[in-house]
Amino acid sequence: MNQWQRLFFSLLIAATLAVTGICDSAAAASKTLILATTTSTQDSGLLDVLIPVFEKESGYFVKTIAVGSGQAMAMGEKGEADVLLVHSPDAEKKFMDKGAGVNRRLVMHNDFVIVGPAADPAKIRGTKSSAEAFKKIAKAGSLFLSRGDNSGTHAKEKGLWKGAGIAADGQKWYQQTGLGMGQTLNVAAEKKGYTLTDRATYLALKKTLGLEILVEGDAKLLNIYHVIEVNRAKWPKVNAAGAKAFGDFMVGKKVQEIIGRFGVDKFGAPLFFPDAGKKPESLGL
Amino acid sequence: MELILEGIAKAASLLASLDREVMAITWLSLKVSGSATLISLLLGISGGTALALSDFPGKRLLVSLVNTGMALPPVVVGLFVSIFFWRNGPLGFAEILYTPAAMVIAQAIIATPIVMGITVASIQNLPPNLRLQILALGATRGQMVRLLVREARLPLLAGVMAGFGGVISEVGASIMVGGNIKGYTRVLTTATVMETGRGNFDLAIALSLILLLLCFAINYLLTRIQQRERPR
Repeated sequence: MNQWQRLFFSLLIAATLAVTGICDSAAAASKTLILATTTSTQDSGLLDVLIPVFEKESGYFVKTIAVGSGQAMAMGEKGEADVLLVHSPDAEKKFMDKGAGVNRRLVMHNDFVIVGPAADPAKIRGTKSSAEAFKKIAKAGSLFLSRGDNSGTHAKEKGLWKGAGIAADGQKWYQQTGLGMGQTLNVAAEKKGYTLTDRATYLALKKTLGLEILVEGDAKLLNIYHVIEVNRAKWPKVNAAGAKAFGDFMVGKKVQEIIGRFGVDKFGAPLFFPDAGKKPESLGL
Repeated sequence: MELILEGIAKAASLLASLDREVMAITWLSLKVSGSATLISLLLGISGGTALALSDFPGKRLLVSLVNTGMALPPVVVGLFVSIFFWRNGPLGFAEILYTPAAMVIAQAIIATPIVMGITVASIQNLPPNLRLQILALGATRGQMVRLLVREARLPLLAGVMAGFGGVISEVGASIMVGGNIKGYTRVLTTATVMETGRGNFDLAIALSLILLLLCFAINYLLTRIQQRERPR
């Protein structure tokens, strides 16, 4: 065998080894669980804390796919995810009405805030109502960055514009990034624009941003997270047992305590407030 | 500027302390992209050589297609591989979406046309009479092919580097078919995207530097082989 043949055969062997080695590391399918979730739960670091606990307790291997709530529900509708952790209540209701999900349970909430440059060109600082603030931004024609990605935050933002009676889409001062929350905050910081963000992601990124919270505390700015199990009756390949285990885990007492404590050491205040077992109405919806 | 320095310092400290997570991510990047490159070499060099040496109607069209494939956007590959490997997709029974194996497949699809295109060009670039000469000396067809590949090894190694460079640096396909799952399918590029989104720019810069370092090490090795084998 000459040198080039040897090289060829060693490549062949190496490739086979590499591929089989990688395939071996794939866990058995029945023990894996696909969690489709919003970016805020990953970007805030909450899932990095919760998932290892769940994996250890249940023995499931969790594949966390962090996308926007819109995409997460689209995955659920196609049976490509087992369980969802999302924050887009209106879209969730539609999802449930279609029969795509079962056992939708309230997990936690935090709130959205309107952030912008300290100079505040539209003078919205301290405005009590989010609709009022949006009207001022529109009137001043100040740059507003929208997620534009059908995420829970984007859905909330569209609802707020609608509530304020403003057709923001297509306006010169209204730009869509099509990116996740963290990246959109960075764009807003760079362009000195306003944006709507969940508090958790904002706090996690605050140190690098130079954006300030200008409007907060409006009941309309509530940000509510639900866990939804994908309907196995519709998609037989869905891991229903794993999904139920994850749902039970999220609303369990121990995890609810972890959620309530999460972020306190780093930010001085919790990023999420546990709500398991409560009625959504009690949150002021 | 400060940030870049912080990033460099972070990269140095992560490397010096052999941070377990970062090492695992780096190793997975190497494993996935390395396997994908090896597969693309097998398919690309054999397919490219066959294509270069054969003559048939429609050959030009096929070569154009291969050359177009060299510019195959990773996100497009990622999207199609995802759709095929969805649980309820045509290849769903394989149950490999969101696994490293799916990433290898996607990256091999990206790298194969690159290797194949460069193979076609390098074989065709050999002096046309060389083939006749080899055959005239009584070589069998198989021996001729081996000799031609051997003659073209310099540009072929460039093809290896281009293929590997194409896949180790891509993020679109890896994030779509791998899902950026912590400790399982998170590679250097997807981790960089995520840490940027989290505002951890120093960590993102550190991961980028580690990626560059890794690419440099691999390419340095390949270049050494290539230059040592310089035909006289």
